[in-house]
Amino acid sequence: MTDLAVAQRSLRGLPSLILSPRFLRSALPALSLTVLLLAIFYLQPRTMSYFGLNLLLNLALPIAFATIAQMCVITVNDLDLGIGAYVGLVAAIGATWLNDTPLLGVAALLGCIAIYAALGALIHLRNLPSIVVTLGMSFVWLGLALLVLPTPGGKAPDWIQAIMKFRTPWLPFTIYASVGVALIVHVALMRSAYGAILRGAGGNPRSVARAGWSLLRTKMTMFALAGFFGMLSGLSLIGLTTSADANIALRYTLLSIAGVILGGGEFVGGRISPVGAVIGAMTLTLAASFLSFLRLPPDWQIGAQGGILIVVLAFRAIINRAEARR
Amino acid sequence: MNAARPAARPAIVTRVLEQPWLWAYLGALLVWLATITFTQGQGAGEVISAALAFGTFSVIVGIGQMYVITLGPGNVDLSIPATMTFAGAVSMKIMGTQDAMIPLGFLIAIGCGASVGVFNYGLIRLLRIPPIIATLSSSFLFQSAAIAYGRGIKIKPPPILADFATARIAGLPILALVTILFAALMAVVLHRTVYGRSVVAVGQNPRAAHFSGISVDFIRFVTYVLSATLAGICGYFLSGFSGGASLNMGAEFLLASIAVVVIGGTSVAGGYANVSGLWGAALFMFLLVTMLNTFGLGAGVRLVMTGVIIIAVITVAGGKSANS
Repeated sequence: MTDLAVAQRSLRGLPSLILSPRFLRSALPALSLTVLLLAIFYLQPRTMSYFGLNLLLNLALPIAFATIAQMCVITVNDLDLGIGAYVGLVAAIGATWLNDTPLLGVAALLGCIAIYAALGALIHLRNLPSIVVTLGMSFVWLGLALLVLPTPGGKAPDWIQAIMKFRTPWLPFTIYASVGVALIVHVALMRSAYGAILRGAGGNPRSVARAGWSLLRTKMTMFALAGFFGMLSGLSLIGLTTSADANIALRYTLLSIAGVILGGGEFVGGRISPVGAVIGAMTLTLAASFLSFLRLPPDWQIGAQGGILIVVLAFRAIINRAEARR
Repeated sequence: MNAARPAARPAIVTRVLEQPWLWAYLGALLVWLATITFTQGQGAGEVISAALAFGTFSVIVGIGQMYVITLGPGNVDLSIPATMTFAGAVSMKIMGTQDAMIPLGFLIAIGCGASVGVFNYGLIRLLRIPPIIATLSSSFLFQSAAIAYGRGIKIKPPPILADFATARIAGLPILALVTILFAALMAVVLHRTVYGRSVVAVGQNPRAAHFSGISVDFIRFVTYVLSATLAGICGYFLSGFSGGASLNMGAEFLLASIAVVVIGGTSVAGGYANVSGLWGAALFMFLLVTMLNTFGLGAGVRLVMTGVIIIAVITVAGGKSANS
């Protein structure tokens, strides 16, 4: 009897739940991805296959990793304008040292992550603007990449290529991997105790510090994580392209910021959404394909990504305004 | 400020030492000395002339970026490179290398810049999104528009514009002299006009500025339009200077515009701006690259050194201890 009443009440509450601003806002990233995917299926039904999806979302995984990396930095109220150049450096190391002398390659990649952690420390200790520090670092990463790999080329290690080309049942590898990454990062940052501290360091640094947590350590952790996910981005990228180029991922810097915001993350206050960030990265990847299915010239590719960003943000603004009116 | 300072030092020296722009000029001087020591005095004048010529463009966009950054935390204009490319491509194509069209082309470049600025602030205001995201997404749009409009070809400027942009009086580039005057004018605007002081007030505390009767929205609107307009003008002259509008001509100015502001002594947290430092920082940035080139270093080492030195400079000059 009581069970029935509860069920009835929750059923009656369903429409208002779906229309509630809170639900709409968190569903917006997934909704925009679905709309885009359906539009592509409608324009070109042949993409609705294993092979088609694989082609469409092939490059989504490296972008998703770069977006997660950017999200880690944004969590602590900073911005990384060097992530694209960094992914290029990892790609260069991956296609040369990691293939020829794996030990040196692994050491170099670990060194890169250590540099990222040190950047976090520097930004925190000297209270520097992260925009300028990471912009400066983008020169350093690009320069190092050119030193490691002066001309495009090299060869990705076979094991990375094997992973990236692995044929999974039902759906392409990219989709499983993206879902896996989104869930792992979600659990680590949104559901764990230390994850809450890390986000709190972005939301209210002073109270986190008063509670006895080291802000220096949270900043270093998040920057090291950014370096780690940036590394995964570079390695998965060369797994797909099989060779590298120092400039291969420069556009990832802006794409990753756009992906985080598209996924519902906010610049300040440690408000982030790992699942949303991965969805945002996929949406931006699809935006480029969508355009070619519309037979629009590729000149407008970057423009379409900007346009989608603006449209989604406009919807979010409408939802927020509706919420404020209540 | 510092209690341990020796009392015997004259007041004027203390005042000069406290100026934030000092470090930029000092850095530029050191780098220049290192360069001419290496070349044993050869080309000392030419290097300065070139630094003025190239620094001009960083200063023009730097002034706009400085006003925006002064508005307070989170305010930064990432659309400057796209605006430069867009305004350069549109004005060069419409002028079609005809000298008679130069004034019209200039107005068109200003118009392009101003409309990007209006669009930027429209996004910030209507969508209530952080300026970084607004200017980022509009830069995607305008970069695409420039690509679609310019069709990837380098569009040549009219001959007289090209001559003017590269002309020199007594070895000094005319454009640089004009920009020095303009920077002085913008310093007066910043420190002596209602608008300039309002920008600083908004940067220090938007609520207090609002309660003291400043229309915060209007001030921010004007500032974003100013920044984009200057980027448009810069794109126009840079196209004349470098023999045409190309699609990646704005790319390096994202870092340049922010770096000259920060190295020049403007507070990144907003509320404190410094115009004279912009020139010092622009000269420093150019002379730094020249020095590394003169030393005959490869592209990789040069890039690494540039990045490391920029970070070192802001660590020493721009940073404040986290506890203070």
